[in-house]
Amino acid sequence: MSDPLLFLHARLRVEEKLLLQALAARDLPFQTQDIRQLHLQVDGPSQVGASLVWDRSLSFGRALSAMRTFSAAGVICLNRPEVIATCGDKLQTHLALSQAGLPTPRTRVAFSAASALEACEELGWPVVIKPIVGSWGRLVSRLNDRDAAEAVFEHREMLGDWTHGSFYLQELVDKPGRDLRVFVIGGEPIAAIERRSEHWVTNTARGASTANRVLDEPLCQLAIAAADAVGGGQVAVDLVERRDGELLVLEVNHSMEFRNSIEVTGVDIPGRMVDDALSRIREGVAG
Amino acid sequence: MNSETITTAPCPECAAALQLPADLLAGEVLPCEDCGADLEVTSLTPLQIALAPEVEEDWGE
Repeated sequence: MSDPLLFLHARLRVEEKLLLQALAARDLPFQTQDIRQLHLQVDGPSQVGASLVWDRSLSFGRALSAMRTFSAAGVICLNRPEVIATCGDKLQTHLALSQAGLPTPRTRVAFSAASALEACEELGWPVVIKPIVGSWGRLVSRLNDRDAAEAVFEHREMLGDWTHGSFYLQELVDKPGRDLRVFVIGGEPIAAIERRSEHWVTNTARGASTANRVLDEPLCQLAIAAADAVGGGQVAVDLVERRDGELLVLEVNHSMEFRNSIEVTGVDIPGRMVDDALSRIREGVAG
Repeated sequence: MNSETITTAPCPECAAALQLPADLLAGEVLPCEDCGADLEVTSLTPLQIALAPEVEEDWGE
């Protein structure tokens, strides 16, 4: 590995293909590496030749282990493993946002079905339960009442793996049929979208449509602060509005998808991401 | 992206002839238009196509 940039991937989504096209258009040699075919030396001197490793692989666990190892070898990591560790864990993200004093939905974490029911009663129905690790809206469930909660909690206790032993419970924000995503690249908000759906889950992986959202000052400031709270880098900040307009930060994504956001915003998102990666190599700045 | 077809290969699930674009990349996922299976290009030289793995729990954005 001797080229300045190593592009780490697994399955190539549209996003990775667009990033590779944008990289190929720049005057900088790079290599690609399928993380599933990679093994790294953990002890002894580093054998990594690249200046920067850009993770765009799909698996949170694999990406975290690989980037921790690259980081220990002194390679610039985009994103840094600390950012991946925070963003890949909804509870850790929420704690980082709260510690930064940012507005978030009312949330509890519980450690048994019984204590989760108590937490739900305190939050007030309906409640949303989310897996602490997970994406694309998988296993995000709306619990309208105690009966529904008891059913879901029993299933989690019987069927879930150890990660389901923690119950991450959140108020269902009464939102105006949309949530917001702001792309923050190197500390700069470059584009924002609204994700609209008739369904209460407004995730494009679940069929939500996208529209441009004007990046006004309050949205910019909150997105910048949220990105900073998780450690910076290249992230997408998901937000939701209450009916009175109050903005809340839901989560921050460290390996975001953007295929549905380029045309509606008119922003060359992959190009901006590549330019940011290249500037980090020039300046020696980690994600 | 260049979508010109340069070659065909059999679908590993149903043996239908897959039309492969010129800009095919290792790691790319293709649906088989005949059987609907998600296929992954695991190698370009030699060309190898396999059933794409199921989505794992920690995959995502």
